[in-house]
Amino acid sequence: MEKTTNASSTKTRPQKVNRIGLDLNFYKGEKTTLCAGCGHNAISERLIQAFYEMGVDPYQVIKLSGIGCSSKSPAYFLGYSHGFNAVHGRMPSIATGALLANRSLLGVGVSGDGDTASIGIGQFVHLMRRNLPMIYIIEDNGVYGLTKGQFSATADVGSKLKTGLVNEFPAIDTCAMAIELGATFVARSFSGDRKQMSAILKAAIAHRGLAMIDVISPCVTFNDHEGSTKSYAYVKEHDEYLDEVNFVPYFEDITVDYEPGTTLDVELHDGSHLLLSKLPEDYSPFDRKKAVQRLMEAHEKGEVLTGIFYVNPDAKTLFDIMHLHDTPLVELPEEKLRPSREVLDEIMDDLK
Amino acid sequence: MSIAEPLTQPKQHEVSDQPRINDFVIHVATVNGSGSQSANTALLRAIMQMGIPVSGKNLFPSNIQGLPTWFTIRVNKDGYLARKDHVDVLVAMNPETAHSDVMKVPAGALVVYDQPLKLDSLRDDLTFYAVPFNDLVKPVVDMPKLRKLVRNIIYDGVLAWLLGIDMESLEIAIQKQFKRKPKAAELNIKAARVGYEFAKDNLPAQNKFRLERMNKTENKILIDGNGAAALGCMFAGVQVVTWYPITPSSSLAEQLSDYMTRYRMDPETGKATFAILQAEDELAAIGMVLGAGWAGARAMTATSGPGISLMAEFSGLAYYAEVPGVVFDVQRVGPSTGMPTRSMQGDVLFTAVLSHGDTQHIMLFPNSPEEIFDMSLEAFDLAEHLQTLIFVMSDLDLGMNMWMSDPFQYPQKPMNRGKVLSAEDLEKIQDWGRYKDVDGDGIPYRTIPGTHHPKAPYFTRGSGHTEYARYTEDPVEFTKVLDRIKKKYEKARDILPAPVIEQDSNARIAFISYGTSHWPVVESRDILRNEHGIETNYLRLRAYPFNKQVQDFIDAHDRVYVVEQNRDAQMLKLMRMEFTPEQIAKLRSIRSYDGLPMSSEHLLTHFFEQEKA
Ligand SMILES: Cc1ncc(C[n+]2csc(CCOP(=O)(O)OP(=O)(O)O)c2C)c(N)n1
Ligand code: SF4
Ligand SMILES: [Mg+2]
Repeated sequence: MEKTTNASSTKTRPQKVNRIGLDLNFYKGEKTTLCAGCGHNAISERLIQAFYEMGVDPYQVIKLSGIGCSSKSPAYFLGYSHGFNAVHGRMPSIATGALLANRSLLGVGVSGDGDTASIGIGQFVHLMRRNLPMIYIIEDNGVYGLTKGQFSATADVGSKLKTGLVNEFPAIDTCAMAIELGATFVARSFSGDRKQMSAILKAAIAHRGLAMIDVISPCVTFNDHEGSTKSYAYVKEHDEYLDEVNFVPYFEDITVDYEPGTTLDVELHDGSHLLLSKLPEDYSPFDRKKAVQRLMEAHEKGEVLTGIFYVNPDAKTLFDIMHLHDTPLVELPEEKLRPSREVLDEIMDDLK
Repeated sequence: MSIAEPLTQPKQHEVSDQPRINDFVIHVATVNGSGSQSANTALLRAIMQMGIPVSGKNLFPSNIQGLPTWFTIRVNKDGYLARKDHVDVLVAMNPETAHSDVMKVPAGALVVYDQPLKLDSLRDDLTFYAVPFNDLVKPVVDMPKLRKLVRNIIYDGVLAWLLGIDMESLEIAIQKQFKRKPKAAELNIKAARVGYEFAKDNLPAQNKFRLERMNKTENKILIDGNGAAALGCMFAGVQVVTWYPITPSSSLAEQLSDYMTRYRMDPETGKATFAILQAEDELAAIGMVLGAGWAGARAMTATSGPGISLMAEFSGLAYYAEVPGVVFDVQRVGPSTGMPTRSMQGDVLFTAVLSHGDTQHIMLFPNSPEEIFDMSLEAFDLAEHLQTLIFVMSDLDLGMNMWMSDPFQYPQKPMNRGKVLSAEDLEKIQDWGRYKDVDGDGIPYRTIPGTHHPKAPYFTRGSGHTEYARYTEDPVEFTKVLDRIKKKYEKARDILPAPVIEQDSNARIAFISYGTSHWPVVESRDILRNEHGIETNYLRLRAYPFNKQVQDFIDAHDRVYVVEQNRDAQMLKLMRMEFTPEQIAKLRSIRSYDGLPMSSEHLLTHFFEQEKA
């Protein structure tokens, strides 16, 4: 299998390695095919970094996704991990089956806001309430990127499509919902916030239970805004040489760095503004009610609150609830899986 | 037409005055949820206890309590298990249907009825036996609620005396029925005795329908197909089971869950060697099967038609990404919600190509509890060997009715886990492509997640992929993989369960059937031979896609009747898709699709109609 990186590269130049002796390259994936500047790419970068720094064994990781630009990204990180690109909105079920089969694997699921909050809302809901140990990331851009810019259910009221269509429906807050549903680790971040993203991802890797992270991840191609000097319409009007259909503007990654307890106004590629607000350092993430209240308050102020809202490290996981064997099911020998001849005889006698 | 004897219609049924021993039909009409199920099963068991072959079919409504339900017991010394159209002994307990139940039985039949219904005035060509059930139950127990529940077992006692079931057999049967509830057993036996004593003292004896001890059920078990499938899955070593409740498949998952908690907890640790999860819907259920199969586990789900519809998208992914899994389709009547508690072989055509694009699936067709047990074992081997879904096509008749069966055989072979490469294997291999044909059988090698080797990981996707599991939109690369999957499917024909062929005469006429349609065919062939002098041959399909034997069989005959329980001749359509025009020209169709298991009367009527034409 061809890979963009491989272990032998360590031979040529000595490199820094992590606690299990692997260098950063071992955590990279194929070259991305997403638009330059797409928030999803920044998230892949953070994932690579976090898994490397935490010294996670990539062979023990499975990458899972649904369908969408976001769902393509598992190909672009952790090239030495098995991956499963499922069908649209149904990644949670694939993850559930795989992790029940082998509980020693570390599952990292990547979904989009369409993949999660529309077609996949049913599976999302049940994944949250089952507390299946895995990391579930929503790369949230408020639109359907891959099908070219329709509204998703996380789009804010009043946001406008390229076609001029205005969203009139209230946005689903996946974090508030996840808390409500019993998720045991709920966080939100911004794809450009390297520091916060890394911290949250590392905490998620360490969490024993389901870790749900909604990452605001701007779509540079379809998150358009009329009147913006960097909008699709504006650039198109001012550049006659562009191939209209295939045109994708090139943007630099947006990065932010701001202190806990403060807010930050970020101007996005399309000229729109995102008012990020970070939970203060002394915020205690163990109170569900307060967490939801905080989210509601921020929502009313028009701010996007970020940070780890809620953690319950002691909740029973799906594995606990099912009394699942400590040995991964796939590693149990045939003797443990097929009852003896005597058992069949006993059952047959019982049925006579 | 090349039949020696002139063809006649099957004889109209009428009850003659000749005593009929161990060959008649008991039909019990009750109200759903009234405890009649235990009474009926106990009756079935009691007859079996006497060594007489017997089969029972439950015609129940899609309702929990209060709607009419019928239970038909066919006693047959020759061992025919198919449903019969007529009734010899009616037990009329349901006021709602009593009138029409009585009007439907043929002249000469016996009718046991609840006295207040006053049915004896309806007809004068039947023998009526009035039983005051309410009065009889009073001394048995005080609590009104319990009275309601044991009231029905009284007719078991009445029938025991009337038809010649010895009380000992009936009591053993009731004991078995309430094995884990000794109190209930005691009470029910008491009630049955009351019925027996009442009948002995008050009802005139009859000699038309008699049960006499035989020795044809020695060592037999009584089990429903869903229970048999559950056992098969447990002994197949299933690891992950996901399901969403739907009649008539729920009892498969539920019985499996019972068996597994009893026999598959690891004695050393007390922990489960399996995961059984009730999913949020069938999309999730099949998704979980795929996830588990991909991760290297034996995984299955059980569902029925509406669930199969929901599983379409994931089934296509399993086909194309080559993920193993087993799906039990316990078929019920469609289209749409149809008649959820009635039986049909209605999903055959849809399942064969379930999902969009060029998708082809493998189906197995069990006809008995014993066979569904064996096929459950085989299905997991096949799924992992072929890296695809295996659909086990049961139906409500097989799945939910109690069948007399030989005890099941312990698996003969170790499990076949298919072509899985370990880290050591990968070390020795130069070039591994997840979707490459190495052995010429179209079956690629796979690795499972958690394999510690740099060559092991690959990306599974439903989008276009190369032999090396890389994304592609290249026409050549894409078709290469698709053609190889086709090759795998074609080669599978020879390793799937072969048809069972009975071809020991030079007969020109033949039958083909599958699943539960088998039972009326067996009986009809005997009737054709014994009563009409017509020899026929028979092929029973056990898997799709067909193997070469099916075409050879058709070639060897002039007319081949495909017998199935759906309106659109679904199996025959699948044959038309790939057989030669000469073969197709020989095919004829006999179908039923009213929700009732097909009877030999129905089969023969349609047979003669077409033979005459
Ligand atoms: C069953 C089904 N319906 C529709 C589609 C088409 N489709 C592909 S991606 C997508 C939306 C993706 O949006 P999102 O999850 O937000 O991902 P993004 O591209 O924005 O990252 C849709 C509707 C599909 N693949 N499958
Ligand atoms: S269309 Fe939007 S979401 Fe998709 S890759 Fe481009 S920027 Fe990212
Ligand atoms: Mg999106």
